[in-house]
Amino acid sequence: MADSIFRKLRDGGEEGELAPALTIEETVVSPFALDVSCYLLANLSSSILAGKSKSEGLVLVTFSRSPSFYLQFLKQKGIVVSSSSKWIRVLDCYTDPLGWIDQPSTGVTEGPSLVKLNKCVSDLKRLFSSVIDAGREMVGDGKTRFSVAIDSVNELLRHSSMPLVSGLLTDLRSHAQVSSLFWSLNTDLHQEKVTNALEYISTMKANLEPFCPSPDGKRNALENLFLAHQDFGKGRFHVRFKLRKGRVRVMSEEYHVDQTGINLSPISSAESVIAATKSLIPKVHFNLQLSEKERVEKEKVVLPFEHQDHGKSTEIYDGRRTLADGKTEATPLSSGELQADVVSSGKGGEIIYFRDSDDEHPDSDEDPDDDLDI
Amino acid sequence: MDRSVNLLDLALGFDEPSPLRGKVVLIEDCVETSGSFVLHQMMKRVLSPHSSDALIFLAFARPFSHYDRVLRKLGCNLSTQKTNNRLVFVDMLMMKCSDGDDNVSGVAKLFREIQGTVRKLGNVTNRNITVMVDDMSLLEIAATNSNSDHVLDFLHYCHTLTCESNCSLVTLNHEDIYSSMERPAYLLQMVCLADIVIKAEPLASGLANDVHGQLTVVNKGMISSKSGKGSSRNKLQNFQFRIKENVRYAAKTCVCALWHMDEAIDASLTWSKHCFSSLKLVYSTVGPSIVS
Repeated sequence: MADSIFRKLRDGGEEGELAPALTIEETVVSPFALDVSCYLLANLSSSILAGKSKSEGLVLVTFSRSPSFYLQFLKQKGIVVSSSSKWIRVLDCYTDPLGWIDQPSTGVTEGPSLVKLNKCVSDLKRLFSSVIDAGREMVGDGKTRFSVAIDSVNELLRHSSMPLVSGLLTDLRSHAQVSSLFWSLNTDLHQEKVTNALEYISTMKANLEPFCPSPDGKRNALENLFLAHQDFGKGRFHVRFKLRKGRVRVMSEEYHVDQTGINLSPISSAESVIAATKSLIPKVHFNLQLSEKERVEKEKVVLPFEHQDHGKSTEIYDGRRTLADGKTEATPLSSGELQADVVSSGKGGEIIYFRDSDDEHPDSDEDPDDDLDI
Repeated sequence: MDRSVNLLDLALGFDEPSPLRGKVVLIEDCVETSGSFVLHQMMKRVLSPHSSDALIFLAFARPFSHYDRVLRKLGCNLSTQKTNNRLVFVDMLMMKCSDGDDNVSGVAKLFREIQGTVRKLGNVTNRNITVMVDDMSLLEIAATNSNSDHVLDFLHYCHTLTCESNCSLVTLNHEDIYSSMERPAYLLQMVCLADIVIKAEPLASGLANDVHGQLTVVNKGMISSKSGKGSSRNKLQNFQFRIKENVRYAAKTCVCALWHMDEAIDASLTWSKHCFSSLKLVYSTVGPSIVS
């Protein structure tokens, strides 16, 4: 499924259409958007170098990590980036986004170079121009296209308003030479309207959530971080595609983050149910769970009035006739036989039991006397 | 002096060399349970005689004399470390707040000073530099006219030092100050920025005579761009502690003695001894009734 996202970014959009855009959403409990971004970055870079992508270059705009971090990451993946590389440009909005560091610079490093420093991230028009200029340095002014990757829009949203950020992303999508675009966002840091606005702009939305998401949302995001014990680093990866005809397709996978990065796999329902169940059990100092042996032994327990006729259905007479019995009259109890809707084995003095609700869990919290009509 | 690695050290990876290199550590505490002892413990580890690491300490909460007294009890002489250029103590209490409209220049200037100091201290080979801030809420008040955005900008720039110079950044923040709905984004920003989050909180069951609180350490880990190895990714550990005088850490199931001179006793040494014995007396009489 992550490959589906990568293919859409690699193939880009049709001519005359807006570029496909991906929002990668993370939370405080599942802060792994960077891992997803790195995964896509590595794959896109490989496809560009192999000539299998519609875009011939990649502009990486860094806000949350230094350019050297990404260059080192690509090197670990076998993609060596040097100053003479013509397929990638990095716009550094991380090192000095507000111009605090005294350097003899006019704001954006001039001249062709692999990494360009941007010292004024609040000026989005200038940022847009810088991205386009960096792309054109690689692919020229013609019809050749390039992809744009923004590692995080959280910093952008801190320094600029939502409409301006939306405008920047829309302008990038609308540009004829931008093939595809993706960015990441931490939904816990922003209001819901910001998340929704960015989702409207994007054609794909990927979000990471733990196995057992809390219904309290961002209000208890901090508490949820500390409650997510062994499930930290694992969860569900959901992707929503907006298709051209208007249909929406949702796909899900499981993710697991380790030292090598993020690993995606199909959903294993049994494991996720067990994991979810384990997460719901409160953390106390005594055991609330059944071991496997205890569970097996519990299932073997023969309940009274059940399982008396093996293989046969059991019913309990409740004193009322059924329609099927028709003319059959109930005989006095002294006769020693039960009739009506009772399946009788022919023997006297038998108790036949109907469980009230077969699908009710044995230890349900529901009060069995709730349905009494007294 | 006990030099063995305790539970907190293990959780932070102090059984390996330079575990916090290039990492951001956030310590969260509350009124009921102060996290200052975690800060002091980390100071002691950074200024260990077995390494040449350096510490830049931004003190907004207490004067140098307090930390000196506390760390002496832990076996670390801060005055000597200052003389040896291993400790740069920036007493923000003595610095005047910047008045006027240009509050951004105050934090920007502070960062430039820190950056310059890091570059000077970094001339020694194999030296790891740690920047500690005690605490972030007072930084917000003192330096930037209560604008959390400027504090976040400052944190962002300090984060660049972790990449540029492989520094460690350790901050202390009070979670309950920002517990209202209008401010959680500020706390969450700090949590998102941190690689390791240490939360000091009281026990869920309330006050106890033997256990004074619990520590939860979340090590989010990062893809290490230098070595290619991400050590101990995504670990969460929880254990309890008991504070008496010096610091030792308690496993969850057994109660060991911790000795730590808390910041509540910060006048003179004589007065502190008197206070401590009084506290012990009070605690021994009041404690059992609280527990019951």
